[in-house]
Amino acid sequence: MTTAMNAPVNLAAPPPRKLRVATTSLAGCFGCHMSLLDIDERILTLLDLVEFDRSPITDIKHCGPCDLGIIEGGLCNAENVHVLREFRNHCKIILALGACAINGGLPAQRNHLDLRDVLEEVYQTEVGLSHGGIPNDPELPLPLNKVHPIHEVVKVDYFLPGCPPPADAIWKLLTDLLAGRTPTLGHGLMHYD
Amino acid sequence: MNETQTFQLDGEDIPFAPGQSIMQAATAHGAYIPHLCWHPDFAAHGSCKLCTVKVNGRFGSSCTMAAQAGMSVENRTAELDDKRRTLLQMLFVEGNHFCPSCEKSGNCALQATAYELKMMSPHFDMFYPDRPVDASHPDVLLDFNRCIMCSLCVTASAEVDGKNIFYMGGRGLLGRRVHVSSESGRLGDTNFALSDRAASICPVGVILPKRRGFAVPIGERKYDKAPISAQVKERV
Ligand code: SF4
Ligand code: SF4
Ligand code: FES
Repeated sequence: MTTAMNAPVNLAAPPPRKLRVATTSLAGCFGCHMSLLDIDERILTLLDLVEFDRSPITDIKHCGPCDLGIIEGGLCNAENVHVLREFRNHCKIILALGACAINGGLPAQRNHLDLRDVLEEVYQTEVGLSHGGIPNDPELPLPLNKVHPIHEVVKVDYFLPGCPPPADAIWKLLTDLLAGRTPTLGHGLMHYD
Repeated sequence: MNETQTFQLDGEDIPFAPGQSIMQAATAHGAYIPHLCWHPDFAAHGSCKLCTVKVNGRFGSSCTMAAQAGMSVENRTAELDDKRRTLLQMLFVEGNHFCPSCEKSGNCALQATAYELKMMSPHFDMFYPDRPVDASHPDVLLDFNRCIMCSLCVTASAEVDGKNIFYMGGRGLLGRRVHVSSESGRLGDTNFALSDRAASICPVGVILPKRRGFAVPIGERKYDKAPISAQVKERV
């Protein structure tokens, strides 16, 4: 859009553009998203400042151009990798939210086991289960041999540890980012558990 | 001459007695130098290198270097803390540290030091080494996934308990960890006891008493209350 040099100018500052935020849960338990909702009524303040793109909160299926992409969970299957790449391609800043995104977390505790053994035990040999065979529907994403944290696949700009990170830590990080400050947590908000 | 001798640690005067290391003098004064393998009750092992400082411009391990009058020691500079954080990140990726399921969480020196040095991520690719757990002893569990090779249990078992139950062994980056000296390699086949000094010395979550889970609620554990740098005196 071009404006003629001497056209009247509206001097009132336009309302600041809302930042677009996308979120997803990969190999996570949604605990980090729950912790985000735990900011309670501060979510109203947040909604004055941001609008959500792809997220379990909006149910938008694909990520458009965003300022911030929040990733919960690590990578345990091919679809996780695909979604992570979609986020990285569309988001200016990627935040790894929580233990699983940062070091694989609980799902990665299968990493010293053979994947076939795990699937066989869960679907075929374990007593008390229906023994229906290992699922092989083409709709199902293929599991990865090992679970990986997201920084092994894409560049990650910020990390917020915790299982889940406390709501106050999420709030501190988001408000720091929104204000253009380098996020800092300080004692009490920094937890690996 | 009976005048107290001093050196400078980040510009602060630290008094010391002849024979004290930089670490000992700093700790007695309440000044925090990050460290993992040093313990006030034992001779310095000098292996983790987390305590590296710059003495008159040159790198040195503060737990093994004798304090000398007039030294100028840099400790918590961005340069040194950056290197320390890298050392921590290497320790985290070379073991399996899943803090949410670790009984030591909140009371762990490795974790508390990582908080102190603002380690936000492991940075490197994870190794996820395959390490065993030894549950053969009736009272004590060994989880080798978390060993940081500080050797404190080796020293405590040899020097205090007189039992020589632990030794450092294994080869290579991922094979090296503490081992048990019984023929079977199992703790259950030793005379190890829960009352041994070695049973309570591990700074991380390897040597753990059985049947004790989440005894202290989250929020009230040692390093929930104050950062490790604010608890220097308590350790002496
Ligand atoms: S030993 Fe410490 S750092 Fe390792 S998992 Fe346990 S609490 Fe975390
Ligand atoms: S078991 Fe614990 S005390 Fe022993 S060497 Fe490993 S980390 Fe140190
Ligand atoms: S504390 Fe000095 S080398 Fe470990």
